[in-house]
Formats: sequence, structure tokens, C-alpha cells
Amino acid sequence: MSPLSALLLRDLRLAVRLGGGALIGVLFFLIVVTLVPFAVGPDLALLTRIGPAMLWLGALLASLLGLDRLLASDHEDGSLDLLLTGRMPLELALAVKAFAHWLTTGVPLVLAAPVLGVLLNLDPSSTAAVAITLLVGTPALTFIGLIGAALTVALRRGGLLLAVLILPLNIPVLIFGVAASSAATAGTVPFRGPLLILCALSLMSLVLGPVAAAITLRQGLD
Amino acid sequence: MRTLMSLIDLATPSRFVALSARLMPALVALTAVAFLIGGIQAYLAPDDYQQGATVKIMFIHVPTAWLGIFAWVVMSAAALGTLVWRHPLADVAAKAAAPIGAAFTLICLLTGSLWGRPMWGTYWVWDARLTSVLVLFLLYLGVIALRHTIDDPTLAARTVAVFTLVGAINIPIIKFSVEWWNTLHQGPSVFRLGGSAIDPSILLPLMSMLAAFTLLFLTLHLAAMRNEILRRRLRTMLLMKADAAARA
Repeated sequence: MSPLSALLLRDLRLAVRLGGGALIGVLFFLIVVTLVPFAVGPDLALLTRIGPAMLWLGALLASLLGLDRLLASDHEDGSLDLLLTGRMPLELALAVKAFAHWLTTGVPLVLAAPVLGVLLNLDPSSTAAVAITLLVGTPALTFIGLIGAALTVALRRGGLLLAVLILPLNIPVLIFGVAASSAATAGTVPFRGPLLILCALSLMSLVLGPVAAAITLRQGLD
Repeated sequence: MRTLMSLIDLATPSRFVALSARLMPALVALTAVAFLIGGIQAYLAPDDYQQGATVKIMFIHVPTAWLGIFAWVVMSAAALGTLVWRHPLADVAAKAAAPIGAAFTLICLLTGSLWGRPMWGTYWVWDARLTSVLVLFLLYLGVIALRHTIDDPTLAARTVAVFTLVGAINIPIIKFSVEWWNTLHQGPSVFRLGGSAIDPSILLPLMSMLAAFTLLFLTLHLAAMRNEILRRRLRTMLLMKADAAARA
């Protein structure tokens, strides 16, 4: 087994066996969506209109939850130092870690979105649109979040700071995610345009995230 | 080769402090004169036929907007200096620029909202430019918060440098996406292909004020860098004193 797949398996096992972080993320997502009708009123037509935006906002906030543990637990038990000094390129190792994190926290959000769409009175086509945009967009949230996790790894209470640093950087993902979702039902622009830009953002963060995070971790080493 | 060596020599903190002490009075005087000239020109500038006297808010609004962006450029250059050359002055420059940039960005937002009240009928609209400047302001606050949270100065310098560069890559993307999202603000008019769209009677004072505010930024930045160097020396001296006391 190659070192990278071993690392992937290890992170997946840790995520499944310890704490159930994925389920807590989905639970948080559910609670945020449940709060929306209390805040804006149980008007079904209004919920249909703002539903995609609320799902995206909920997913964005839920994706923040586990980020502070993405590198911090490895930093505490010393395995991050092994990755830093090992022969495997640190960028690849971090990308694999972020991918494992996305599989265990991002994908459950994507799977939960259609169910939560029912609560917000979304029709099937816009539910599908939200699920597709989340599938394409949540990797960007995780990989940009990886930078924040690396920046705050050594801090004792980095969780809140991480959110403050990362949320402004996530604005483009939110804009194009919501734009594509609402374009699917009633929009002036076609679904394809914003979706492709969303893909571009995800691909870019796939490169930028691990590289920036690796630079940060190496700087902290000496 | 000799010029390069003297540049490196200049870049040591003690030489920098000595040189900036000599430079400071001249820079302050130059800034004051520039503001005097710019202020008189702005005072004498005619009212706009549509906007009336409120057009004069632009003489503050436009320069502060420019400096809000310029300060991030300075910070990014300094971040490269920190990460690539590990130069001690680079982090001093980055640290000193952040609060100044944040202040100019805030002034830009405030003057823009004061101008928007009579012109657009509201203090705030979720327009693309306003929103991206607001996000820039949030990023400045993030940089300052990040630096304050990390105790170790060297680690803080490098961490902030990485975030500054990530921000430098992301700010144009944020600006592009926000513009795609919604736009009401006027298009670029000072510098554009085919010459400026602004009448010389307004453009000249605007240029003077741009020069004056840029000089103000340089003065404030230099002063803040000096303060930061002295603060670091003081910290080192206190640490050495505490160390000596502990040994005794």
C-alpha cells in the first residue's frame, strides 16, 4: 500500500471511529435549516425562494465545524511532525488529509441537502441543483479551510479565528454556488456558467490550499 | 555591486532607524505642503452640476480607496521579503502597514456612505465595489487578529505573511465574483482607455489629493516602522534584563 493511500485510510478510520464528527456536522446543518423558518416565518413561497441560499449558508457554516481539528489533532499527537519530516511531499500529504476530511464531512452535507430541501419546500429540480453545486463547491470550502487550519494549528483557541480568516475567502464560492442553484429554477443566466466558475474555484483551491498550507507548516517548523 | 551592498547595509534595522530619523522631518513637511496645496485646490474646485458640493467628498474618498489597496500591496511585498529572504525589516513593514491600511479602508467606507446618502438616497447599498471594499476591511481585521493571537513573533511574522499572500491572490477573485453578483457603482473614470472622463477642474485637485494622501501613508508607515523597531528592541532589553535577574 502506498503511503498516501495509507494516510487516506488512517484519516478515514479515525473520522469514522472517533467522535462521529461527520454526523455532528450534518446535525448542525439540520439545526441551521430548522432555524430558518423561525427567523423568516413559515411562508412556503418565501422558503422556496430563499431555500437554495439557506442550504448553501448552512453548509458553509457546517463545513467550518471540523476544520480546527483537521490538523490540530495530528499536531498534538506528533504525527504532523512525521509528515513534515517524512519523504512524502508535504503538499500531497496535506491534499490527501483534506480529501479525507471532505469525504467524511463534505459528502455527508451533500447527501443531507436533498432531505433538508424538502423542509424548505424546494421542488425536485432546484433540490438537484443545490446538491450538484454543493458536490462541486464543498471541496473548495475544505481546501480553502485547509489553509486556515494550517495558519491556526499551533494556537490553543484557533477555532474562532479560523472562521474569521476563512469566511471572507469563501465569499466567491458562496456567490457562485447560490447563483448556479437559483439559475436552475428561475434565473436570467443559464445554470452552466456559474457552475463552471464554481468548478474552477474548486480546482484552484485544490492547488492553492495544500501549497499554502505546506508553506505555513514548514515555516513553523524551524 | 557596491550599490547592492550599501542597500543591504541600509536594510539593517539600526541604519534604518538612523536614516528614517533624518528623513522624517522632510517627509512630514512635504506631506503638510502637499495637503495645503491639495486642500486649496479642492476648496477652489467648482461644484459638480449634478452632485453639487458633495463631489468634494471624492477628494478624500478616492485617495483612501487607493491607499486601502496600496497598503495590501506593500504588505504582500513585505510578506515575500519575510518568506523568501527572512529579512527582519520586512515583517516590521508588514506589521506597520496593516492598521494603517485598515484605517484608510474604513475612512473610504465611511466617506463613501456619507456620499451615498444624498446621491443614492441611502447610506449603504450591497453594491459590488462597496461590498468588496468591506471584504477587504474584514481581511485587514483578520490579519491584525491573526498577528495578535500568536505569541511567538517569528512564527507570527511567517504565518501572517502566508495569509497576506493568500489574500493577495484571493482579493481579485473576490472582487470579480462580487462584481458579477451585483453592481451599481460607477465604472472606472480616472484612469481608463481613451483618457479620463473627469473634467480637469475636478481631476487636478483629485491628483493633488492622491499625492498628498500617498505622502501621508508613507510618513505614517515610516513612523510606525520606527516605533515597531524601537518596541522590539525594548522587548529584547526587557527579556535580557529578566534573564539576568533570573540568573542572579
